[in-house]
Amino acid sequence: MNDESGAAAIPADPTGRTAVPADPMAGAAASAEAAGPTEAVRLSDPVPAEVMREERAVKGEPLLSVKGLEKHFPITKGLLRRQVGAVRAVDGVTFDVYKGETLGLVGESGCGKTTTGRLLTRLVEPTGGSIEFDGRDIAHLRQGKLRPMRRDMQMIFQDPFSSLNPRHTVGTIVGAPFRIQGVKTEHGVKRAVQDLLKLVGLNPEHYNRYPHEFSGGQRQRIGIARTLALRPKLIIADEPVSALDVSIQAQVVNLLDDLQNEFDLTYVFIAHDLSVVRHISDRVAVMYLGKIVEIAEREKLYTSPRHPYTVALMSAVPVPDPARRDRAQRERVLLTGDVPSPINPPSGCRFRTRCWKAQDICAKEEPPLIPRLGDAASHQTACHFPIVEGETVEGRRPVSAPTP
Amino acid sequence: MVVGPGTVSDQAPVAPDPAGGSVPGKAIEGRSLGRIAWTRLKRDKVAMAGGYVVVFLILVAVFAPLIVKLLGDPPNEFHQNLIDVNTLAPKGGTGISGDHLFGVEPQNGRDIFSRVVYGARISLLIAFLATGLSVVIGATLGVVAGFFGGWVDALISRAMDVFLAFPLLVFSIALAGVIPDKAFGLSGDALRIAMLIFIIGFFSWPYIGRIVRGQTLSLREREFVDAARSLGARGPYIIFKELLPNLVAPILIYATLLIPTNILFEAALSFLGVGVRPPTASWGGMLSDAARFYTIWHFMFFPGMAIFITVLAFNLFGDGLRDALDPKGRR
Repeated sequence: MNDESGAAAIPADPTGRTAVPADPMAGAAASAEAAGPTEAVRLSDPVPAEVMREERAVKGEPLLSVKGLEKHFPITKGLLRRQVGAVRAVDGVTFDVYKGETLGLVGESGCGKTTTGRLLTRLVEPTGGSIEFDGRDIAHLRQGKLRPMRRDMQMIFQDPFSSLNPRHTVGTIVGAPFRIQGVKTEHGVKRAVQDLLKLVGLNPEHYNRYPHEFSGGQRQRIGIARTLALRPKLIIADEPVSALDVSIQAQVVNLLDDLQNEFDLTYVFIAHDLSVVRHISDRVAVMYLGKIVEIAEREKLYTSPRHPYTVALMSAVPVPDPARRDRAQRERVLLTGDVPSPINPPSGCRFRTRCWKAQDICAKEEPPLIPRLGDAASHQTACHFPIVEGETVEGRRPVSAPTP
Repeated sequence: MVVGPGTVSDQAPVAPDPAGGSVPGKAIEGRSLGRIAWTRLKRDKVAMAGGYVVVFLILVAVFAPLIVKLLGDPPNEFHQNLIDVNTLAPKGGTGISGDHLFGVEPQNGRDIFSRVVYGARISLLIAFLATGLSVVIGATLGVVAGFFGGWVDALISRAMDVFLAFPLLVFSIALAGVIPDKAFGLSGDALRIAMLIFIIGFFSWPYIGRIVRGQTLSLREREFVDAARSLGARGPYIIFKELLPNLVAPILIYATLLIPTNILFEAALSFLGVGVRPPTASWGGMLSDAARFYTIWHFMFFPGMAIFITVLAFNLFGDGLRDALDPKGRR
């Protein structure tokens, strides 16, 4: 699948930024990347200049306003389907997304970020809370009423091998939004589809081809073309690059970035890859066990994280540069234990079972998501004992420990 | 992803250059999964042999009157002059000659060749229509059960269990006893054939239904269904446009494998006297007649071989079709 280079010509980057830092999670590729221009994100490093970019978000009216969003999946037992419990996948999430900005949503597997994305697009109905999109609460809107609103809110899916119907041609797939929504196009659906294919850097002549004839990156571009067909205002991207090859991730992320500039899109970017999130987001929300533990402007979050979980998460990003890796290893926070079950989450602060700073109050009282330690109003942390800059992190690996 | 003839890297010489090296203005034709399966099937010699035999048998059934006119005698014509009056066996053992390629029946001397040819009509007609009926019922209920889930699924799945547990053979024999000569505007053989199609088709739909239900359950979780939903697609759109094209392959495979089962079932029913009534020729009925003359080998051999070859050909073709359409499922 190496035909990516041919069809995947990316428009020149207007801001002169270099490529996005490739996924440092892929351990095998890490050493090879060290020589390249890529830069992994590290907790204590100053922000590399080339990763910096202009803050494009203009704060105004929120396009999407989520309040107390909950999704509890019932656990039933027996013949009568008696409910014996619930998986509290998303348990009271509140955030705003402003027009034109990108909100990154990060967290480890199973923290509820994908469910949040599916709730926002109403693929699942929330158990509680409200989702106000463009001034209208869509949390419990019926599908019939929701249909016209779906034009303005689209989703990019995680797995490009499963998100395209293998029996349909690219033309059918990308043209589906027009047909489903009954939208008339000026020069016919075919022309519109070909324009979209061109837009995402694919050959418009591949209109009659089938998804299996494309590589993963190209398939994700097809998915993005479908997403853009109806010119949505908001795009929920559910780990759009995590299934892709490291080298392709940068291309797709840059494509999303360019499209945002061109069409004034608003993104909710769900990912577990911190460096990708850092590249594309204006603000970042960190989720843990169905709740947001910290939300802040990107640079604030990466330079002075307040929540111990955020600190641990960021220190887990591998460092490709062997010279700096040693220092990073010393500062790595190793969390002990597993993520508690979302069926029966811990009382008070949900992170307390794995937190090195936990005290009695953490079990009794749930910390609200508010600005801490004199932070700006935009930097909110749900922690009783937020981390101060320069604080020695107790959970770190001992200096003498052998590097694995 | 299946590394097969369909992937781009494999087909570098065939597939046009993805970078756009083809003639501008002309859309590049994609290779659908169906076409890839067809190329794969063409390479499978055993399956193709089975396929040719199937086509041959269908042609034989369709052109039965013509074939019999050229190569035999009318199927119900008696040739008492060829029968030894003392033993009731054909003169010379079998009666095989240029006029009677498969010999003649003992006792009344009917031409076995033409009866086998006409028997193909009954067998294939009943097997195909019964399979068609079970595909329609099975696919519809299977998709509905898999797509909607919940109590709908529970209801349909239990219905399938009931149908599979039904003592079908006993039921058919009992039904044959009470069936009138005239019903639903049909009479005689037409009514009998319709009854056989209905019995066989109606009781074998759970085989298709289960497969389709299972496939639907797994397809429903695929992200392209979510994608269609997030675009605002309604249930019927998702079923017909997204799910059904993916279900064609398994339906086709199991329909092809159901046909030989139905041929055997029809033969069994005819053997037991539930099928078409004499003198209409059917393979099962011929075997039943031949059982009385078990010392005269050819009477049993030719209809028996007809059933055997037909069932084998359909099975080989069906297996090849499955391999071609679902290369991951092999072995």
